[in-house]
Amino acid sequence: MTQPLRLELRTAPHVVKGTSVERIMFHVVLALLPICAFAVWQYGLSALALMLTVVATCLLTERLFNRLSSTASTLSDWSATITGLLLALTLPPSFPLWMGVVAGFAAIALGKALFGGIGYNVFNPALVGRAFVQAAFPVAITTWVPAQFPGRFSEFVPTTLTAPLMIPPDITAWVKGHVVDGFTGATPLARWKFENQVADFGDMLSGVSAASVGETSALLVLVCGLYLAARRFLDWRIPAAILGSALLLALLFHLFDPTRFPPPYFVLLSGGLVLGAVFMATDMATSPVTPLGVWIYGILIGVTTVMIRYFGGLTEGIMYAILLGNALTPLIDQVTQPRVFGAGKGKKA
Amino acid sequence: MFPWRKKTFSRGVHPDGNKSTAGSPIRRMPFASRMILPLAQHIGKPAVPLVRAGEEVVRGQPIARANGFLSVPIHAPADGVVESIELKPSARGPWVESIVIRVYEASTQEIRWAEPRDLDALSPKELLQVIQDSGMVGLGGAAFPSHAKMTVPGEFAIHTLIVNGCECEPYLTCDHKLMREHPDDLMQGIRIAMRAIGAGRAIIGVEDNKPDAAAAMRARLPADGAISVEVVPTKYPQGAEKMLIKSLLGIEVPPGKLPMHVGVVVNNVGTLTQLGQILPAGQGLTERVVTVTGPGIKKPGDYWVPIGTPMRTVLEWAGAQDVSEREIILGGPMMGQAVASLEVPVTKAVSGILVFDRRHIEAPASRRSYPCIKCGECVNVCPMGLNPSMLGMLAARREYDLMSSDHHIGECFECGCCTYVCPAHIPLVQQFKVAKAILRERVAAKAPAHESGERFDFGAPPTHGRKPSVHPD
Repeated sequence: MTQPLRLELRTAPHVVKGTSVERIMFHVVLALLPICAFAVWQYGLSALALMLTVVATCLLTERLFNRLSSTASTLSDWSATITGLLLALTLPPSFPLWMGVVAGFAAIALGKALFGGIGYNVFNPALVGRAFVQAAFPVAITTWVPAQFPGRFSEFVPTTLTAPLMIPPDITAWVKGHVVDGFTGATPLARWKFENQVADFGDMLSGVSAASVGETSALLVLVCGLYLAARRFLDWRIPAAILGSALLLALLFHLFDPTRFPPPYFVLLSGGLVLGAVFMATDMATSPVTPLGVWIYGILIGVTTVMIRYFGGLTEGIMYAILLGNALTPLIDQVTQPRVFGAGKGKKA
Repeated sequence: MFPWRKKTFSRGVHPDGNKSTAGSPIRRMPFASRMILPLAQHIGKPAVPLVRAGEEVVRGQPIARANGFLSVPIHAPADGVVESIELKPSARGPWVESIVIRVYEASTQEIRWAEPRDLDALSPKELLQVIQDSGMVGLGGAAFPSHAKMTVPGEFAIHTLIVNGCECEPYLTCDHKLMREHPDDLMQGIRIAMRAIGAGRAIIGVEDNKPDAAAAMRARLPADGAISVEVVPTKYPQGAEKMLIKSLLGIEVPPGKLPMHVGVVVNNVGTLTQLGQILPAGQGLTERVVTVTGPGIKKPGDYWVPIGTPMRTVLEWAGAQDVSEREIILGGPMMGQAVASLEVPVTKAVSGILVFDRRHIEAPASRRSYPCIKCGECVNVCPMGLNPSMLGMLAARREYDLMSSDHHIGECFECGCCTYVCPAHIPLVQQFKVAKAILRERVAAKAPAHESGERFDFGAPPTHGRKPSVHPD
């Protein structure tokens, strides 16, 4: 007799495509890097420090909850890194770092770990963090600095280094001293809402207006999103549905009353619509899986965003629109189950 | 019916073909010194032995008879003497009753037990009997008795015979070569099947990665136009019955129904080619073409292998001396079965033997499994329009009844597309196989005793007493 033979036993399929969660997440990080680099170019040291702080907080919080739940480290799946980067991109560049720590902790702890970690979260963790600090620090989160202010690579915005648990100083005077000309300390959206001023198309596309860290250049965000969609790491249907429905609705309103409602391009390019549509609404765990559900989800977010902007008290609506979409995702999935092969076609044959 | 309709089905995947064996001709494999013939090589009741230990048999002689309608006889693959009838390991794991034949060294490839007959003189009913006597089963891997598949109950009228030449599983090339090298036998087999089922036309469906096979068959089509060749896009699982019917005719077979319900019978090209060879000659099924390939094989190729040849002999002949730590797969890589023993013989259902070396099995094993991130890729590829993501979550919670009642797990035919694409490396189709098995048990436990006694243990749902409604190739 030959010696006992050891054969591998596995169940089919014996070949796999070779994609993985890490691979998808890593490419999302890659796609976010140009946006981060552009943000640093726009806002200098403060933006860089904020991004590093928030990402580090997210990673440490993730690790802390790994410890608490006695599971292996999940840092290598890159998802906490993505949450950190996305969260930082939605904050104002002048945001105090200690508040960034609070946001990062809230994002991972309340948005992700409490639900059971990756895949189980109901809401996009980055937006949970952002919503938390929007409620906690309403002033700091609406304090804007002009893009490309001089000296941004040599000094911080005064508020950045606010001591922990302290209220950040008022920077109106500082902004005046640094401003090019005519900076009003408001985002294009706020200026439209409260002063009925529509920003210049070119400025908005290239991103030289005041905004959150990563919201300024819609064009760059779109290009990075296209890369992900082309590599099939992102479902193109979600941004298509959001941007398409928002654009269409804005066009209808604009045609109805051009004096009251801005032109459609303004809706598309202002605020965080593109960033949210491309990178946040597409978070896999919190968006539907069914083909029809994906379209419904996207249209719902697009329409809600425009409605909040036009008729709500807030200047920006994308965050709450996505959170609402997240909340409805299980329901959308439930009612849009795919048609089983052959079902409902029996008679036609 | 719509000329602009693309000849394919929705969703599916595109695994690497790896059909490196496609170029060479089919070669013949010599007899092993000992042949092992399980009595249950087909779906249905195991055959009943006609021989005893110590009895001499000649190649082609029936050594076990069919046990009822859903059963087929077994023929001796070589001249020799019956050594024993005992339990031997099977591909699926359990040891099964098998006839072991010690082969005479002087055994020839000539089939000595045959009674040629004039098939045209037979009625369709007699034809079905002759098909059963030949021991023919679906050679694509399902091993469902061919005569049972061709027996059409009175309420159905069959308009089309679909001949499945897709061979959508990666690595496999046995059907490809039969189509290329034996088109005349295939046409003969198609004629026989058309007469048996009463179909007026036949369509051969072949994937577009086999243009030479399509050309070879087109050159041999009969002049009356009853048989045609249709080229369909290469996509897995194109060879599943329901997918191929959809691709060729645009018809979807309703859930829980058979192709017969839409007037179609599907047969594999390998089955019909061999039927065209052995039926006019009055022989039994004693050999089949097997693709032996994979990174662990030195002499890959397609071989005529006598049924009953132990895996060990096949692998030695194909130049795989040391297979320890390798994975040996019967069938294709998407749906094939890994075997635990080299004593397992080549049976009628074995279309391929695939040997994967460490490099090929290391990667999937070391992959870390995540919770479902709901990327929806599985929903995008499931050919049956199921929601594997949802089914996987239910399976993890053992909500088997819910999987069946609300999420149509019964329609899953285990093609494996979901597991193939899953980035979280969740063993979806594996969980579904378990769920389906448990659900079958539950159905059987509820059924009256006399019915459960009729059950057969080959994965067929006991409800129809027929084959699983879909199977690839």
